Amino acid sequence: MGFLLSTQAVNDFLRTLSQTHRVVAPVRFEGGGAFTGTDCVRYAEITDITQVVFDEKSRFSFKELLLPPSQTLFYFTEDSITEPVPEAKPTVIFLRSCDLHAVKRLDEIYCGGGKPDYYYEQRRAGVKFVLMGCKEAFDSCFCVDMGTNVSDNYDLSIEPDGDGWRLDCKDANWEAPLRALGGTEADVVPAHVTETKTRVSIPENLDFSVAKSKMWDEYDKRCIACGRCNFSCPTCTCFTMQDLFYQDNPKTGERRRVLASCMVDGFADMAGGATYRKKYGERMRYKVLHKVYDFKKRSGFHMCVGCGRCDDVCPEYISFSHIVNRLGDAMKEVSENAE
Amino acid sequence: MPNNDYIPVRSTIQEIIRHTPHEWTFRMTYDDALSVKPSQFFEISLPKYGESPISVSGIAPGLLDFTIRKIGHVTNELFNYTEGESLYIRGPYGNGFDLEQYKGKELVIVAGGTGVSPVRGVIEYFADHMEETRGVHVIAGFRDVNEILFRADFAKWRKVMDVTMTLDTGEPTEEYGIGLVTKYIPDLKVEDPANAEAIVAGPPVMIKFAAKALAETGFPETHMWVDESRKMCCGLGKCGHCRVNDTYICKDGPVFNYATVKQLSD
Repeated sequence: MGFLLSTQAVNDFLRTLSQTHRVVAPVRFEGGGAFTGTDCVRYAEITDITQVVFDEKSRFSFKELLLPPSQTLFYFTEDSITEPVPEAKPTVIFLRSCDLHAVKRLDEIYCGGGKPDYYYEQRRAGVKFVLMGCKEAFDSCFCVDMGTNVSDNYDLSIEPDGDGWRLDCKDANWEAPLRALGGTEADVVPAHVTETKTRVSIPENLDFSVAKSKMWDEYDKRCIACGRCNFSCPTCTCFTMQDLFYQDNPKTGERRRVLASCMVDGFADMAGGATYRKKYGERMRYKVLHKVYDFKKRSGFHMCVGCGRCDDVCPEYISFSHIVNRLGDAMKEVSENAE
Repeated sequence: MPNNDYIPVRSTIQEIIRHTPHEWTFRMTYDDALSVKPSQFFEISLPKYGESPISVSGIAPGLLDFTIRKIGHVTNELFNYTEGESLYIRGPYGNGFDLEQYKGKELVIVAGGTGVSPVRGVIEYFADHMEETRGVHVIAGFRDVNEILFRADFAKWRKVMDVTMTLDTGEPTEEYGIGLVTKYIPDLKVEDPANAEAIVAGPPVMIKFAAKALAETGFPETHMWVDESRKMCCGLGKCGHCRVNDTYICKDGPVFNYATVKQLSD
């Protein structure tokens, strides 16, 4: 069911919603960017639809709402272990089509093929998704080539339309309250992009032999292993366990899981000093192939959703989409060398 | 607290066997011990210090052995523990060795250093059930005389199966020879290598050369089984640290067929 609503009406709906849900969306943090005088668009709770940033991509994705960068698994004392009390309200997440496709990846990683992850499932239960329509792609987006530009598994879609808003509701429980707002009912199809400036093509014949290509050596020096690409990626989900104890009573503390990065030192370190992928180029290959090769082999679809955030945040201006586009030549190089 | 895999359970240290100053076997209480397979692993959990993935080196009713080297943050702390104290564990994780795979066949086991731990359960089983095998050959290598693990076990195993011990350095005795494990592989008296099975566990370099030597004596790669190890934070295939290509060592392994695992590359 589609609606055309005024800002006032949408805000009334948000107010009702916030009584039962935590409503989060990409919001502008003025002066919160990495450099002086720059802003940061990232996720926060909203009370007003005009807070939601539509004309800019969020620097960090929605994933932190399902997988907090630092999440307490349990508290311990000398002789007891206590689980934290879960969030009381389920979350309503505003996100774009690429990110909604990323949810499918997170579900696959944390709940697919076996027992669901306890803490992920706890946060995932009851979550509603509000699709933010994209009228045009941002420079680094390549959702069309990754097949993530269209989504229909949203609960509600929303996009600005002149002074008002266009919404499409798929959640039966929300239809009546939306209708009661006194807007116009209409057929609404969420805006989506059909072409992007950045294009990628993943070679059909891609296989692990591409690791032998010289292209990876280039990233030994260019990459500084900061991990920004992983932390901004909506489908990077690795974590590390972290125990901490309280200064005032060292016998009590908590165990957390914190976001990890396969680009950062220590990711593959084992006790005693053994490690894998010392070179940054090797780490780049490990990450890139997971996104466009290894994950698909296991799960049947690519991990990368083409949001382009990794390209936006890299301090060395390394472009992931460019690396993907180099894989074809790299395969050629490797097969020629093998002959 | 059911369903939550991350909550560890309490386990009491019943006995500590001190093989060397820095390699001890902790014999721990665990109710369902007999359901655990050799080379499956547990996260040994010391709140405030963290967790370490440690493979099971022995299985008995109500008891599991963990042979641990004092080498990192968690294990350094663990070596301050004594008999009667308790700590936390969670598991078992991984596939472990499937004993059925080796029954009724000749079996060669090549292990180096702490690599003996994950295969000890296999050796123990067949030492007690020699009628279920057509012969077991064990080659175990250690750095020097001070690094030998499970010395009493080897003496016991030697009585029922073909056991070769070797040290990297030192003077040979009746108990052990000198040289790398690969030196002894060509001399193995395996009747029918094409139908025998082999297990290799130890440092990556040792695995590589032992597999090569076994292949030269006629072992098909599909009959070789190796025990892999990586950093594993969760044991559940979620944390990502142990992923190699499309494989999670913790969940799909740690025991792999050599023909499969040699395709993997970190």
